[in-house]
Amino acid sequence: MKDSYIFRYIIILVVIVSVLLSGAALLLQPYQQDNINNEKKMMILKAAGIQNVNSEDFDNYCEKMIVIDPQGNITDEATSDYTKCKAFKINLKDELYNKANGKEFSLPMFIINDNGRQVNVVPLQGAGLWGPIWGYLGLSADYQTVVGAVFDHKSETPGLGAEITTEKFQRQFPGKVIFHDGQFVSINVQKGGIAVLPEDMQRHSVDAISGGTITSHGVNDMIKNVLESYIPYINK
Amino acid sequence: MGKNLELITKPLRQANPVTVLILGICSSLAVTAKLKPAIVMALSVTVVTALSNLVISLMRKGIPSKIRIIVQLIVVATLVILVDQFLKAFVYDVSKSLSVFVGLIITNCIIMGRLEAFAMAQKPWPSFLDGIGNGLGYGMILVIVAFFRELFGSGTLFGLRVIPEGLYNFGYMNNGLMILPPMALIIIGIIIWCQKPAEEKK
Amino acid sequence: MESLGIFIRSIFIDNMIFAYFLGMCSFLAVSKNVKTSFGLGIAVTFVLLITVPVNYLLDKFVLSAGALAWLSPAFENVSLDFLSFILFIAIIAAIVQILEMVIEKFSPSLYSSLGIFLPLIAVNCAILGACLFMQEKHFPNIGQAVSYGLGSGIGWLLAITGMAAIREKIRYSHVPKSLQGTGIAFIITGLMGIAFMSFLGISF
Repeated sequence: MKDSYIFRYIIILVVIVSVLLSGAALLLQPYQQDNINNEKKMMILKAAGIQNVNSEDFDNYCEKMIVIDPQGNITDEATSDYTKCKAFKINLKDELYNKANGKEFSLPMFIINDNGRQVNVVPLQGAGLWGPIWGYLGLSADYQTVVGAVFDHKSETPGLGAEITTEKFQRQFPGKVIFHDGQFVSINVQKGGIAVLPEDMQRHSVDAISGGTITSHGVNDMIKNVLESYIPYINK
Repeated sequence: MGKNLELITKPLRQANPVTVLILGICSSLAVTAKLKPAIVMALSVTVVTALSNLVISLMRKGIPSKIRIIVQLIVVATLVILVDQFLKAFVYDVSKSLSVFVGLIITNCIIMGRLEAFAMAQKPWPSFLDGIGNGLGYGMILVIVAFFRELFGSGTLFGLRVIPEGLYNFGYMNNGLMILPPMALIIIGIIIWCQKPAEEKK
Repeated sequence: MESLGIFIRSIFIDNMIFAYFLGMCSFLAVSKNVKTSFGLGIAVTFVLLITVPVNYLLDKFVLSAGALAWLSPAFENVSLDFLSFILFIAIIAAIVQILEMVIEKFSPSLYSSLGIFLPLIAVNCAILGACLFMQEKHFPNIGQAVSYGLGSGIGWLLAITGMAAIREKIRYSHVPKSLQGTGIAFIITGLMGIAFMSFLGISF
């Protein structure tokens, strides 16, 4: 067999394959992007305490999306076309990496309005035992109280760390307070249960997952790390 | 017809790619903690094996032998990418739980093994059937492993509670070990243990 | 410091074999004596050390969303993500091929010990697996990708050598007849996996 035949063969094959793949990717990409966007919208709504709605309703609930800088200034604001705005597109992981390295970063906040009840939803991002964990935390209009929380993970152990996605874990969060006498204390994910804590600390704490210690630590650190970056804005 | 049927049934037992030939265990045991991703994975592997067998068999006369491995890899990788794109577009939640393991179908030794051993020398239709048979033989093991791991590990099947609540009140506990990765290997070891004497009797 | 953490983690916790079952085929086929296993392990480590960073650069500058922006701002929104499987496997196959030629040319003695394993490696799931995990983990710099590749390789080497040592000894034990061979090999791997889980608590 001649080399020229091999070259011709492989070139034709590569052209066919690339046309096929690009075609499929172009055709399916809108569906894939919709899936990703819808999931994000549903998580934001759930963190705001709004359940049993479709992702199409998102625009009715969302009031605006803002981007803030570490000093607490608003740098970008969008009130419509949410999936295209800067706040929605920010990759929190990159921003937190910049933060850890002392560089400039920006953070999104999604302001949801449910029949006059305002909820400020912030995204969360951190590390569990096996891989990344993330979620959304809904804060009341005065930023003091948690309204709702929703978590997800890439690859935590099913039945142990993966329990952070269950209702049982997440429904502990509404009503918890992130400030103590005006000082930021975050939400403490307490190993061994909150019953061991003094009475006045219990409203800042939730029960950790038994058997999922490292994932629980991850949730604890994630909430603290992300929320503290919002403090300059909240204090303004 | 009887011969064609055998192409499908043989890989299910006597020539099962996983338990007898020890091929292709790599890529997918990590998805067997729950039944649903295991079934999607089994179907994806079957589709890829069958179609790549078919395509390679159709191309077999033209493939230059010097670059045949690369050609096979290209065909398999293309099919896997198509499957991955479809999963991401239409069953997003399952594709999330499969994550990188869909991509690892490319290096699943069953597929390359069947291409080399069967499709390079046989007509398209038998190759297609051979692919389906091997895919199913592989999928069967995945589903069996996932069945036991989900049943004993989480007390559920397809996410629905199967073990009655009353049993838990008597002190029954889910076996946490079952959901951890090493148990998949031990279950396969036990399947081989059970299968061997049964095959020898025949 | 981060890199050291990734390195240790990828050896003991995210072990390619015990946590993800990657590279099991050659693992079970070759792990019958310590010497060959060690040779294969070294070869895998070597290939991982090279392919993971190369694929990292490929991902960072060609494939991921907006990666082509360095060519021209017009490509800001282009994502070639869907090509990653095929390009990764092509890069792996090419690197293995080049490596084989280079080793053969410059070190015949190394070639005679590693050479026979190299073709096997192109389709070893552990290599593609490490590249895909690397892509998924979005390492911020190449140093971390290097330490991930090296760590995964060493983890694999440890697993296969340990396994081979056990299998050499198991010949003298009374294993039930129908469990002999592969059956017991699976169960041993499972038990070793459970032993490795004791490293889970390590954190950096």
